Amino acid sequence: MADFRLSNIDQQILDKVVEVGNSTTAFTRYYEDHEHETPPARLEGERGFEEVFPLFGQRKPDDTPMMTFMMAVSIARGSAMGVTRGLGLAMPTGRPSGLGNAALQSAGTPEQKAKWGDLFLAMSITEPGVGSDTKAIQATARLDGDEWVINGDKIFVTDGVKCDGAVVWATIDKSAGRAGIKSFLVLKGAPGFELVRQEKKLGIRSSDTAAYAFRDCRVPRDALLGGDETVPKDGGSAGYKGVMKTFNMTRPAVASGGVAKAKGALDFARAELAKEGVEVDWEQSFSQRGAVEQRLIEMEADTEAATLSVLHAAWLNDMRRSNNLESSVCKAKGGEVCRTIPQAAMELLGGMSVSHDHLVEKYLRDGRISDIYEGTGQIQRLIIAREILGFSSEELT
Amino acid sequence: MISFELDEEQVMIRDSLTAFAAEVLAPGARAIDEAGVVPDDVIRQGWDFGLIAASIPEAYGGGGGARSCMTNAVALEALGGGCASQAAAILAPGQFVNALIDFGTEDQKAEHLPRFTGAEPVAAAMALQESQFGFAAEAQRTVATRKGNGFVLNGEKRLVPLGDRADTFLVLARDEGGEGLAAVQAYLVPRDAAGLTVEPENGTQGLKPLPKGKLRLDSVELPGSARLGGDAGVDAARLLSQARVGAAALAVGLSRQATDFAIPYARERVAFGEPIGRKQSIAFMLADMHIECETMRWMVWKAASLLEHDDPGAVKASVLAQDYVRRKAVKIADDALQIFGGHGFIRDLPLEMWLRNARTLTVVDGPVSV
Repeated sequence: MADFRLSNIDQQILDKVVEVGNSTTAFTRYYEDHEHETPPARLEGERGFEEVFPLFGQRKPDDTPMMTFMMAVSIARGSAMGVTRGLGLAMPTGRPSGLGNAALQSAGTPEQKAKWGDLFLAMSITEPGVGSDTKAIQATARLDGDEWVINGDKIFVTDGVKCDGAVVWATIDKSAGRAGIKSFLVLKGAPGFELVRQEKKLGIRSSDTAAYAFRDCRVPRDALLGGDETVPKDGGSAGYKGVMKTFNMTRPAVASGGVAKAKGALDFARAELAKEGVEVDWEQSFSQRGAVEQRLIEMEADTEAATLSVLHAAWLNDMRRSNNLESSVCKAKGGEVCRTIPQAAMELLGGMSVSHDHLVEKYLRDGRISDIYEGTGQIQRLIIAREILGFSSEELT
Repeated sequence: MISFELDEEQVMIRDSLTAFAAEVLAPGARAIDEAGVVPDDVIRQGWDFGLIAASIPEAYGGGGGARSCMTNAVALEALGGGCASQAAAILAPGQFVNALIDFGTEDQKAEHLPRFTGAEPVAAAMALQESQFGFAAEAQRTVATRKGNGFVLNGEKRLVPLGDRADTFLVLARDEGGEGLAAVQAYLVPRDAAGLTVEPENGTQGLKPLPKGKLRLDSVELPGSARLGGDAGVDAARLLSQARVGAAALAVGLSRQATDFAIPYARERVAFGEPIGRKQSIAFMLADMHIECETMRWMVWKAASLLEHDDPGAVKASVLAQDYVRRKAVKIADDALQIFGGHGFIRDLPLEMWLRNARTLTVVDGPVSV
């Protein structure tokens, strides 16, 4: 039966997540000042997330299903004041894991998963002239004997500096459009693969962003993810669809990062305004509230709506039901609140909110990316509109 | 445990009411809106689903089912997806019955509840709204004064649902000299109480065919047993939250209805050589409408679920749901009208009616409850 309450142990876990996440406030700005340094494994005084792990053992089978709960954990963790590590997913799994790992898991052959599953893999799709319109990518791959030869430029590669390798999109037949696009696993050190630079960004500075160049880069024939070298005459290839399907799992997670920053900014504004004597009285009617109180309510309602959309998309996944549409819905909502809520929080707090003395401006900068990567808000709306209107991607562009 | 799963009974109720809404309520909605009154036959057909009697305890002749705010939210959304006015007319007595089940003393339940378990529709209603602008329940002007063991009520209530036919009103009033919601209590006032005058309302923008009445309480003397809940009284915050979430649930159904009506039109209506739905300016409006239909439902479900479990966060969740639905439902109805252009403005189509209903549902606390 529909329920929105957390069990005691789940609430304890979330409380602990926030407690640990708030342990490093003094170091929160570390990455603002040390942008291009390799981050230390642990900052001085930082409490480790492993403190939370033992509590997970106390969860019961009838607790909130795992992915749904992990979204709640992700939102709690990302909203904590001391989280320096940008929008990293909720729970370190013991080894780093990037978007490329998700692609490998959804599109790789069993042999490929066994071979590369333990590596830290980034995802490399975007090019200087190609963003959301992924079927227009220009990078090419051609088979030369038992090797693929890759040529092209790639940008905005998340974790591109610290990863072991990347899943790179390139076309093996430009005339085939989407069907010609394949993904290749390219490891650092491959001949012709160059890390060109690390980008400087508005926020999420602890997450490195790289630009790559491929100049006659040679990789083994089995580097083609999924192993399917054919180019179907019509429709998308299995590989392309496989990779796009990855997004149904990752979009709720990425959306949770945006919601987390909205929640962080809201929590900060609420706490600070309370110190100034402005607090919401939940028993007060609409007409009795002040403008700032009303704004706080709207901010919280928007954040809550985005949270529930994320939990819903994840819950469908837990129930093994399709969440194509819902993962776009939650990504659109997460992308909305990551912008509007930190902006509104600063507006309510006034001039001092811009100061580096406080964290709220950082929530705005860190959250802003959530409406851009993993499909912009506009792309999500295109996907949703096509789905509800029954238009193909050619009919509604 | 977080779950978005409805139980079997809720799915059954949702499906049967959705079919009823599509087959009976929606086709008649425009003519009924123009005529200005929900026909008795519609109210009877709605009554036959047994929604109101279902959660009345067996001891009073009811179905003995769980008193479920979630189930009511599901039912309201389903009926609201056919016609909010007719849905409100069908379920307005539930507001009275729910309050009795939740807060009534044994004597009050025994006196009132059995009436609602028969085959004939029975009308009763909650009287909350007053004539002043910026009405707030906690600052209401209707006042209850103690007199001996009883009470004297003075004030005026407006827009009371089923005011033309209700045999009993649950009148909310503030204790004389009291402040805030803690001082608000509910009183069972029979239609024939001395000092009570009931007149028809002058007409309203939305929920137009829902019969509404104007109550004047001029030193209405009531026995002590008229105060709902006796000495314990009622939790007015909870009572109000149930009404707010009830109206929001209707608005969710209405929003889905308006969105689903606009989608095929956007596919078919051609401008500049292609369907308008193939233009992003229209397609993105529809995408946003869909997004908000979904998220506002979860907001309402969460509030209803927390209310059902008497969770400490229930009042807050209700405020959030009401606020969210207030903003989104009006926007959705308004955008649906915009997609139809001039046709949306003409009363042949239901768009302008839905805008009126959306605006109305989201400024009144009621006229139904979960």
